Amino acid sequence: MSSIAQRLRAGAGAVGRRPRRQVVGDVLLVVVPPAGFLVASLVYNNQLLLLTMMVYVALAQGLNVIFGFTGYLPFGYVGFFGAGAYGTALSVHFLHAPIALAILLGGLAGLLVAALLSPLLRLTGAYFAIASLAAAEALYYLISNPQLTAVTNGPYGVNLASVYNSGAAYLAAVVLVGVAMLCVVWVRRSHFGMALRAIRADPLAARLAGVNVVRARTIAWLISATLAGLAGAIYAWAVSVFYPEAVFDLSISVFAIVFALFGGVGTVLGPLLGAVILYGVYNYIGVSQPQDFQLIYGVLIVLIVLFLPNGLLSIRLRRLWRGR
Amino acid sequence: MVASPALQVSGLTRSFGGLPALAGVDLELRPGEVVGLLGPNGSGKTTLINVVSGVYRPTSGKVELLGHDATGRAPERLVRLGLNRTFQTPRPFRPLSVLENVQVALRHGRDARQSPEEILDLCGLGGQGGLPAESLNSSQQKRLDLARALATAPEVLLVDELAAGMRHDELDGAAELLRKLAAAGRALLVVEHLMGFVRQVTDRVVVLNAGTTIFAGSLEEASEDPHVVEVFLGA
Repeated sequence: MSSIAQRLRAGAGAVGRRPRRQVVGDVLLVVVPPAGFLVASLVYNNQLLLLTMMVYVALAQGLNVIFGFTGYLPFGYVGFFGAGAYGTALSVHFLHAPIALAILLGGLAGLLVAALLSPLLRLTGAYFAIASLAAAEALYYLISNPQLTAVTNGPYGVNLASVYNSGAAYLAAVVLVGVAMLCVVWVRRSHFGMALRAIRADPLAARLAGVNVVRARTIAWLISATLAGLAGAIYAWAVSVFYPEAVFDLSISVFAIVFALFGGVGTVLGPLLGAVILYGVYNYIGVSQPQDFQLIYGVLIVLIVLFLPNGLLSIRLRRLWRGR
Repeated sequence: MVASPALQVSGLTRSFGGLPALAGVDLELRPGEVVGLLGPNGSGKTTLINVVSGVYRPTSGKVELLGHDATGRAPERLVRLGLNRTFQTPRPFRPLSVLENVQVALRHGRDARQSPEEILDLCGLGGQGGLPAESLNSSQQKRLDLARALATAPEVLLVDELAAGMRHDELDGAAELLRKLAAAGRALLVVEHLMGFVRQVTDRVVVLNAGTTIFAGSLEEASEDPHVVEVFLGA
């Protein structure tokens, strides 16, 4: 038997008795990405680009928790992002909350919206994807409703200039990346994550293994939404002025899904790599080929889906399973 | 003194679109007993297992499990009460390893202190814990189904065609395993078509036809019962 296959056997009982090397690997997975973004800000001066990239890392990882581990694809994932942005803005305006608390309340807003929408988890497949999209659109129309101008400022957007601090917002995004990585590492390695993977493989067999499928899915849904809410909150703080259509833009969902798929859902590293590489390429093409960049980017995504349907990391995993 | 039933099914019916798949089945299973559930294809054997294990809700009737009313309860609730089952077509968690398949059930079952390795050994899967479940052959996947069910520490086990597709040299081991599980006090309901295996394993049999019980007794008596013979041989 090859050494890789032996390593797989040794690591298979991961939960509960994890080899020291795996623990060290997990710590690195949580610490290195935020540290990388800290260093990057010293050598690259477009901080808003880096911050947006970090927001997408968090979104891709949040999406990974619900889609990668349970198979539920929420096309309306942007709804939690928008809820987080507005949760923070309203906390600052009406509660005069300090920005750190306002960001946490933004995360809470994402969580509350997810709790309200949890009955959607009764649906599956395309029905769930479309229903979540409809829910995000409904939330957008609610927030941008001119009749709610006194509360949300309706379609006229929100101004957070009173708390604007680009350096602090960048640091908050760095922490967010660490939190997102920690969540996914925990889900990947824990009994909870193992139960989620079992549910994804076969929900009925999981129930007969004693797993409370509804509760496990709901917890994953809430974690995923909270990460998106926090991402929206920090993005709102960083840009300080935004309109409802900017934080409820469907392309935010699409990017998060594409980034997660590109790297490989159900893995820890995949969505991170997906967001960093694809968002980097997106901006590079946008600068170097501004006329053709949508075309080039679209073709690139089609090629990826055709040749790497399970993501970038599937190359390595396929080799591991084959014991090569 | 006769032990009280671990599983008691009374007047159980289940219809699909008005068509009765079960039309009033009565069944009793005592601790330490292995009962064979026989019948031609379409007689309602797997439907009975599906209804008792909570996959389908019964149309009417009652299921009592270890003294609790278990009628129409969700599968995970029944697992916690002490019932589990295997599938005719095995359903492993394919992306997980063999060991992880058992660990999931251990974690969410009734006794997490059991050793997953010992359960795998018992089911003839010792030393294969690290393999991806999808790499196992059909017979091994059936044993993994059984291992996963055992990991939840059931007192009543419904076994759906474990022997089907097994090699001859594997059948004796499977029969011995089921007898061992019964000797430990579990009540087993075994759906099987291989009569030699049924003879080896069961204490008595229940025969279904068109969703109703047509016979309950020993296998020898069943083979001489004209109604059973007619159902199986069409005589």
